[in-house]
Amino acid sequence: MKSIIILYLLILSISASGQDKYITKQGRAHFFSEAPLENIEALNKEVTSLIDFSKNEVVVSIPIKSFKFDKSLMEEHFNENYLESAKFPKATFQGIFKSTSVIDRTKDGIYPVLVEGKLTLHGVTNAIKTQGSIEVKSGNVIAKTAFKISIKEYNIDVPKLVIKNIAEIVDVTVDLPYTIQPK
Amino acid sequence: MRMKIILSILFCVTTSWSWAQDDLLSALEAETKTETKQFAESTFKGSRLINGHTVITRKKGSLEFLIAHRFGRINSGAYEFFGIDGANVRFGLERGLTDRLTIGVGRNSFEKTYDGFAKYAFFRQHTGVHIFPVSITWFSSAAIKTLKSTDPDLKPTIAQRTVYSHVLLVARKFSPGFSLQVMPALIHRNSVLPEDANDIFALGMGARVKISKRISINGEYYQRFDTPANDPFKNSFAIGVDIDTGGHVFQLHLTNSQSMIEKGFIAETRGNFFKGDIHFGFNITRVFN
Repeated sequence: MKSIIILYLLILSISASGQDKYITKQGRAHFFSEAPLENIEALNKEVTSLIDFSKNEVVVSIPIKSFKFDKSLMEEHFNENYLESAKFPKATFQGIFKSTSVIDRTKDGIYPVLVEGKLTLHGVTNAIKTQGSIEVKSGNVIAKTAFKISIKEYNIDVPKLVIKNIAEIVDVTVDLPYTIQPK
Repeated sequence: MRMKIILSILFCVTTSWSWAQDDLLSALEAETKTETKQFAESTFKGSRLINGHTVITRKKGSLEFLIAHRFGRINSGAYEFFGIDGANVRFGLERGLTDRLTIGVGRNSFEKTYDGFAKYAFFRQHTGVHIFPVSITWFSSAAIKTLKSTDPDLKPTIAQRTVYSHVLLVARKFSPGFSLQVMPALIHRNSVLPEDANDIFALGMGARVKISKRISINGEYYQRFDTPANDPFKNSFAIGVDIDTGGHVFQLHLTNSQSMIEKGFIAETRGNFFKGDIHFGFNITRVFN
């Protein structure tokens, strides 16, 4: 009986090692695509993410409706016709990061990382791999990455009539200012 | 007892294992689930359902140009080319002063009427910590008929020519494909013939059903109340289709109303839809940011 309690406490203590987890609710995701008629660009300031240094895991959740465009009509079409945000309200990323050197969270510094995982967007999940960086700055962690996605790979359907208005490759940048997850 | 212990150990181990796969994402979901306030966007495709307005207001700074046509009655025969010869047109310009307040002006060839309106979105349907189930927009307009009277001695003043319309628009987007709107309306005519009432009350009902991402079917009906015994007018009915091409919205419809403004289609519709007094019409809108 004692051993069970010990084992249980052990498991609990592993899953409760909170100092390795950092969270953000004010992450930013920006996308830009250059198209013959007009550039398409939007910024999302409500990206949430958790990063776990004990397992080198990272998850990101992006509410689609929070992408803000300069043109309200473009925003409406983005939600209604392309990303179908009522049906697929969030884009998520689940993955791991690798760094060539050990990330010391007690000292300021910037570490290049390789990020690998699954991106789910518009109900479609694809494996992605990208370069990024993790910056340690006065006890907090800032993660940054940039990558390209092809809208075709995520079943985002563009009618022939407007195809020249929309670029097929979209540049995405993500900026995640983490703080230690409070218990 | 021993079995129970083994089971409970297994339970602990397996749960912590399964956590290692998805725990971080579900932990994140749990952190962020509650507070986000989501507005129901695009309850309708545009600012018009068919003849009447929807709860939708223009976003701040955007300018919308509308061209609307209603042709003559389809049952007017081949001589009138089934109504196409008798086209009425309304040009309109509307601007979002804020995200909630839109003002607009228009000119109708029908009775050479000028109209101006203001529309304010009081409540927007949203989810979140506090839920609001419907969107509510107030609409008020003034319309001035400038068509000269057939009697040259009759020279009504501007006030006598003016008609005010007030409509409360209450809509709910039940699902991405279905929205319903209820619109109680009051039309006030400054000057009427002795046997007519100055005020007309009506209750409108409208709905949109999307049949694809860019096409929807719309319907609209206004029931008038306290109509006089030998009422020459009919209740307005319209059915139409919206086609969104990405920059324009085309609305094609069939209606028994010839006028495109509230005072006309709610209070002065003359056609009997089911006897073939049907006007084909369309609205085209272009939004500039």
